[in-house]
Amino acid sequence: MSPDASDPRCRPMPAHHGLPAEPYDLDAVREDFPILKRLVHERPGRLGKPLVYLDNAASAQKPRPVIEAMTRCMELEYSNVHRGVHYLSQQTTDAYEAVRDKVQTLLNAPSRENIVFTRNATEAFNLVASTWGRTFLGPGDEIVVSVLEHHANIVPWQLLQTENGFAIKVIPCDDRGVLDLDAYAALLGPKTKLVSVTHGSNVLGTVPPAAEIVRIAHARGIPVMLDGSQAVPHMPVDVQALDADFYVFTGHKLYGPTGIGVLYGRKELLASMPPYQGGGDMIASVSFNGTTYREPPYRFEAGTPPIIEGIGLGAAIDYVQTLGLANIGAHEHTLLEYASVRLAAIEGVRLIGTAPGKAAIVSFVIEGIHPHDIGMLADQMGVALRVGRHCAEPLMERFGLEATCRASFGLYNTIAEAEALVDAVQSVKEFFR
Amino acid sequence: MVQDPFGDLRELYQEVILDHGKHPRNHRHPPDASHEARGDNPLCGDRITVYMRMGASGIIEDVAFEGRGCAISTASASLMTEVIKGKNESEARALFECFHDMCTKDDADPHAHGPVDEDALDRLAVLAGVREFPVRVKCATLAWHTLAAAMTGGLKASTE
Repeated sequence: MSPDASDPRCRPMPAHHGLPAEPYDLDAVREDFPILKRLVHERPGRLGKPLVYLDNAASAQKPRPVIEAMTRCMELEYSNVHRGVHYLSQQTTDAYEAVRDKVQTLLNAPSRENIVFTRNATEAFNLVASTWGRTFLGPGDEIVVSVLEHHANIVPWQLLQTENGFAIKVIPCDDRGVLDLDAYAALLGPKTKLVSVTHGSNVLGTVPPAAEIVRIAHARGIPVMLDGSQAVPHMPVDVQALDADFYVFTGHKLYGPTGIGVLYGRKELLASMPPYQGGGDMIASVSFNGTTYREPPYRFEAGTPPIIEGIGLGAAIDYVQTLGLANIGAHEHTLLEYASVRLAAIEGVRLIGTAPGKAAIVSFVIEGIHPHDIGMLADQMGVALRVGRHCAEPLMERFGLEATCRASFGLYNTIAEAEALVDAVQSVKEFFR
Repeated sequence: MVQDPFGDLRELYQEVILDHGKHPRNHRHPPDASHEARGDNPLCGDRITVYMRMGASGIIEDVAFEGRGCAISTASASLMTEVIKGKNESEARALFECFHDMCTKDDADPHAHGPVDEDALDRLAVLAGVREFPVRVKCATLAWHTLAAAMTGGLKASTE
């Protein structure tokens, strides 16, 4: 099962993004994730299969410190936040607000006030579209997205488009999945009000040159929003180095719980935006003669926030920071290289997305076998893959595909699991021969 | 002894299904179709178009489909075209109802929807294995939903 170290296809790859990487103890890390011990398809008379979880781009599994932090919160430290004079409320508020500091550190944001908590990355997009977008986009204006985008960075703009009547321009990519920066620059003009692009394609793994994209837009005075959903779990992200104006990610792909996401916004942009939803916690003063709103980030956080989920996200951030995101990226890159080389060597297998420096996502198709069938058969062997259009239909159309299979690696995956993927693909081919 | 890794799926992916999945029958666009509809299963990316020619006597004289999906949906569409030809609309609908029951219920009553072509139902029984795999029921029934939409005169069917 283990690869031959002398095989040049299996050589260790240089650390992701050129940062020095220190390998972590993978066995110890796997011990932290209880679910990785379970068997799937187990029932009387049939041995289960060890779970080979390769659907991390959809959602990542949770380590014990996250589970324990959430449990501890509910058992010992739970109350509502921002409104109680009592002991527990203060304690919970402190713990929840400390997570804002952790996110600030994670993204290297200038201030904790840049960090708005949302339900997920999708809500962060909807927040910006319905506040900043509704205020500043109108007929004759344009925004620029890329063909790589997840529906979360397409549909909120389209919803607003029907009201505000601006145009949406699309940066094309080449057959490897690399964005065409010349075409991008040519799309920008006096009408362009926003560029909103992914910092990691959930289908192809492409990591666009975000800093370069921002530089080109800023040279024309255009703000840039980046979708870090597939970037934050896999590499160090520095919103100041990127010079991003908005940056979003979701907690559940970062080994945290569902129900919490993050919008980073430049201070003056957040200050220029009206509230997103109305309710408790976001107001300064309420009267039937008129209501005033709090300063960012609280202006955008109406109602009781996802307190327990926030606590869980804080523990998840601590967890990945302890391992080191550069180390995680380097480890995943080794898995990516291994799986890509081995899969590409199988006759009839075609990799979709071969951009240099991509993140640890391998999309592929097998000639003559539908991805849905591949996914179901692989699952029988314990290998969890995502199949379908991956919430990125325009990208599927760009590549002339109805669907792909996608294996996406996380910090706990092993070379043996990459090998299990290769085995599964070979077995599926055999089955349909 | 090596355990067949796909043991549980042999019931679903029977030889007949693999054959129709690989070599679908009536996979064409008839130029003289009187009815057609498009079916879409956004979850897995299956898209098919079902065409039929309804004769003056109300008999389905020809039925065909285009588009490819997974082995289950392609095989189901292929088998459907074979068993539907020569039936009238109410016979076709009764067959769909019975087939749908077969794909979703363990104790489906083949007489629940009035008289039905039992030989046709027997041929379709190779797809009954999908009831063990709820996510695949949509694959097996997409072509039929699309056929029903074509008969109704609708333009688009979706399993969503």
